[in-house]
Amino acid sequence: MSSAISIRETHKCFGELHALKGVDLEIHQGEFFGLLGPNGAGKSTLINIIAGLTRADGGQVSVMGYDVVIDYRRSRRCLGIVPQELVFDPFFSVREVLRLQAGYFGLGAEVEPWINELLDALMLADKADANMRSLSGGMKRRVLVAQALVHKPEVVVLDEPTAGVDVELRQSLWQFIKRMHERGHTIVLTTHYLEEAESLCDRIAILNHGEIVALDTKEGLLKHGVGNRICMSVKVADAGWTLPQVLTNKLKERAGAQLVFQLDRSEDSIIDVLDTLRKGGAEVLELQTKTADLEDVFIELIANRKVKAS
Amino acid sequence: MRLRGFYTLFYKEMLRFTKVAWQTLLAPVITALLYLLVFAHVLESRVEVFDGVSYTAFLIPGLMMMSLIQNAFANTSSSIIQSKLTGNIVFVLLAPLSYLEFFLAFVGAAVVRGVVVALGVYVAAWFFVPLPLHSVWVLFLFALLGSAAMGTLGMVAGIWAEKFDQLAGFQNFVIMPLSFLSGVFYSVDSLPPFWQGLSRLNPFFYMIDGFRYGFFGQSDVHPLFSLSIVSLSLVILAVSTVTLLNKGYRLRN
Repeated sequence: MSSAISIRETHKCFGELHALKGVDLEIHQGEFFGLLGPNGAGKSTLINIIAGLTRADGGQVSVMGYDVVIDYRRSRRCLGIVPQELVFDPFFSVREVLRLQAGYFGLGAEVEPWINELLDALMLADKADANMRSLSGGMKRRVLVAQALVHKPEVVVLDEPTAGVDVELRQSLWQFIKRMHERGHTIVLTTHYLEEAESLCDRIAILNHGEIVALDTKEGLLKHGVGNRICMSVKVADAGWTLPQVLTNKLKERAGAQLVFQLDRSEDSIIDVLDTLRKGGAEVLELQTKTADLEDVFIELIANRKVKAS
Repeated sequence: MRLRGFYTLFYKEMLRFTKVAWQTLLAPVITALLYLLVFAHVLESRVEVFDGVSYTAFLIPGLMMMSLIQNAFANTSSSIIQSKLTGNIVFVLLAPLSYLEFFLAFVGAAVVRGVVVALGVYVAAWFFVPLPLHSVWVLFLFALLGSAAMGTLGMVAGIWAEKFDQLAGFQNFVIMPLSFLSGVFYSVDSLPPFWQGLSRLNPFFYMIDGFRYGFFGQSDVHPLFSLSIVSLSLVILAVSTVTLLNKGYRLRN
């Protein structure tokens, strides 16, 4: 599968801070890729290097096979970036902003139908002639998405596009981005909403302290460590009931009649545990189970890294 | 296709100042006229700098060039610092434009604004004193090179400054003194030798003196010498600016 974005041995230092420590990453064409990490992990630095906004100290980065430094014209034509900050030019209207952005990429009147399509799809048509200053935060965010797409790039990078955006707009933005993905665009997403990454992304990389600490499919990540565990919570009738010896190593915590077991998805069976409880004389009143989600995996990976670092 | 990217950035920079034309074009013309009214009223009957040239007529080319210098500088410097501080410069930096296209588009718009303001001063001043026209080519050359040099200096200041205070300092402590002490209101030949020598180190003096030659055919120094100094200033500033852009200094970091 050919690469949409290829990052090899990429380093970046800001004074004493080693922001990226030899990052290697291949994002395939047509993927919906998630780039996750805590604040200060290096996500924005990596995106800025891909976009040519920051220069790497070492390594090689290319977009659709074009080196971002040597062949920057072609690499930038293939790339659309939705920046994290709500930036806008207060001198212009929405339509002017989109025409100018298209013009920078060498497009003229032929792009007008696509601008109209973007305005409609992003529910900005009635604000096309409004000055950018007069728009709400959500509308400005949609204009940023339109600006990133106005030259029809093959690869779209969204740097926390739904930060501070209300639920309705978030949903409509994701529907639009999903349609872009279905049309064959490669989508790279950074977000703090892990449920978004979990529901949208094919593959996910977790960046921490300038290093990739995990890179796998969503399913692959969820089989890792904490992802393989099931949390089973039961309430028994008798608070003084004695737990059978065979289950003591699976008991995570107990508060009277409330017991919490931690099971391994590959070794344990909920049915077997319930049978053992019944055979041990317990009357089970309530049962709840919870499988780990991406957030649990994320927290475990970041926490492990912190332990290693300390 | 490449030219369209450059042209769009140039057009955007033009739109930026024409959208607030009352502030960027009209206000400087009115300021120059106020200088003309006050200085011409006070000094008209007392000073004759060149033979057969009234003080008011002498003053007008200097005011035209001073307005051109200040506005060409203001156009690039304010555009870059505003874009940097609001963050919208990212839209240009993400585009497939070379640093040379970036440079030429910004300086091109600065030249247009500087020349339009200077023409505005000329047209308004025509009602006071019609000026002779010795050489339109000399006027064109000095207006073009002077505004390009000042647009380039504005780019340097805009790229260097990280807040509005720093840019204001550059304007107040470098541009204003150099433009006022450049022979706009007097001939440097009328100054004591020390101040004459100091004035001749000021590149703005050569811009104004050469420009004035285009109207009257008279100047403090030979117009070819002035042209060489202005051209050299432009080349040095342009090379420095393109180098800064190429390195991404304070733009791509």
